[in-house]
Amino acid sequence: MTDYKADSILVLVELTPAGELAKSAAGLLGAAAGVGTPVAVIVAPAGAGEQAGADAAALGATHVLVAEHAQTSTQLTVPGADALAAAAELVRPDAVLVSNSIEGREIAARFAARTRSALAVDAVAVSRDAEGVVAHHSVYGGAYNVDSAATWGAPVITVRQGAVDARAEAQPASVERITVEASGRRSATVESVEAAVVASSRPELRGAAKVVSGGRGLGSADQFALVDQLADVLGAAVGASRAAVDAGYVPQSYQVGQTGVSVSPQLYIALGISGAIQHRAGMQTAKTIVAINKDGDAPIFEIADFGVVGDLFTVVPQLIAALEARKA
Amino acid sequence: MKIVVLVKEVPDTYGDRKLNLQTGLADRAASETVLDEIGERALEVALSYADANAGTEVVVLSMSPESAAATVRKGLAMGASSAVQVVDEALVGADTGLTAEVLAAALQRIGYDLVIAGNESTDGSGGVLPAMIAELLDVPNATSLNSVEITDAEVRGERASDDATMQVAAQLPAVISITERLPDARFPNFKGIMAAKKKPFETLSLADLGVDADTTDAARSIMISLAEKPPRTAGTKIVDEGDAGEQLADFLVQNRLA
Repeated sequence: MTDYKADSILVLVELTPAGELAKSAAGLLGAAAGVGTPVAVIVAPAGAGEQAGADAAALGATHVLVAEHAQTSTQLTVPGADALAAAAELVRPDAVLVSNSIEGREIAARFAARTRSALAVDAVAVSRDAEGVVAHHSVYGGAYNVDSAATWGAPVITVRQGAVDARAEAQPASVERITVEASGRRSATVESVEAAVVASSRPELRGAAKVVSGGRGLGSADQFALVDQLADVLGAAVGASRAAVDAGYVPQSYQVGQTGVSVSPQLYIALGISGAIQHRAGMQTAKTIVAINKDGDAPIFEIADFGVVGDLFTVVPQLIAALEARKA
Repeated sequence: MKIVVLVKEVPDTYGDRKLNLQTGLADRAASETVLDEIGERALEVALSYADANAGTEVVVLSMSPESAAATVRKGLAMGASSAVQVVDEALVGADTGLTAEVLAAALQRIGYDLVIAGNESTDGSGGVLPAMIAELLDVPNATSLNSVEITDAEVRGERASDDATMQVAAQLPAVISITERLPDARFPNFKGIMAAKKKPFETLSLADLGVDADTTDAARSIMISLAEKPPRTAGTKIVDEGDAGEQLADFLVQNRLA
């Protein structure tokens, strides 16, 4: 029987469909190490627990609880919530951290509703005060900073992917298998899973350090290739405005903004994007914003650190050539 | 088939949205309010099914301030058969846990075969309520669906998951949520607007639902501080005179961004 430290933070570490640790794991364990002692819980298909546990320890988990679960891949959400409940019962943590991914936040939701715990969603950071663990949120498209806490008990906090830069020190692997009694809650059945195809070597939009986005100003799906070219020169991810998505230039997964992906990169370049408020809500926390648009009155210029009023079909090729010349 | 659609009034994202810095609550007077678009799409899923299947009852359900009644009525004008609005002063500033308890209690009272919600609202964008409600009702959550197929016994569709898409299915009764991949909602027409005036609109309080907002059995998430970030200001703006690409390259290199 393991003794868990009084300041234990339980971290649900998710696995990808391929069985590897999800990218969110490092940030979650980093955040947990900042406010206590990270204990990871992993729900893994049979036989995959040992490796996943070692990987989580390398990212800072002082102890890893592995629930190998035959139904993990066939039942939606409920097996994850059952495992989290069993682990929380064991560890009695000060807080529970879960990725604000689609699966993660729904597992957190079921767990919080079941245990009547306080749920804080989409935190960008966590800290600790005299009362306990506090969640920090950035709301209304980054216009406000809000802190939240639980009235009592351990808060369940979902953490925005890519928001936490802190990383924890590697720990010796200490992996324990736990048996999870199924709650018997009714769940949806997963009939098949198709892993998303990574289309290129470009970084993923969510969490990218640089993003180049295109809008309606690109004019057509073919001409949108200019966005790709600039992104490749900069090693940036590619995004788009809703107008470009609605016009069919790129798939919806590219959409940056209120109803798409929220990004906070070091550099955000908006090409042919007017800067509707919904778009700004998804990118205005970027450190540096560059905009190129032929309409000098476009609202994007109100927030751009460097704005170019001009034809992007002449400015961008010149920019690409200039960047390549400086690299050579 | 009885389908209940969860709808919400939100500040219009076409304007600046404000929080009251004293109370921490959304400042409803500061911006236009609208029926959240994702909720309209959820209603469209229900109405499309009802169009094709006689005997379908579509109820819109909202937990909101009394002032949101007109917005909830839009659901009736679009074609829902009836509306239920939960209004109670004790719900001001309710967290997701209390909201889920209230909506689950209302759903039990209304009765349902299928509950349809949007995957996340444009204001709170939490994306957790459908799963919380499913847990409280002990029904499956088939959430984040890009497509929806409803039969008498089950609901199925493509789930937009993390790094994957899945085919999922759930026996009814169930809670589903849908993504923006589902079609745009219909507009209320004149006939619908007139008909809406005669449709049942029920207003419920917490006492009607037997929910105690101040119970100490459940922990709540509370806001402990709030600050407005200073707005971004414009930096350098140039008009291209033939060398803007060069100047921009210089800017990126000087700022170590290229």
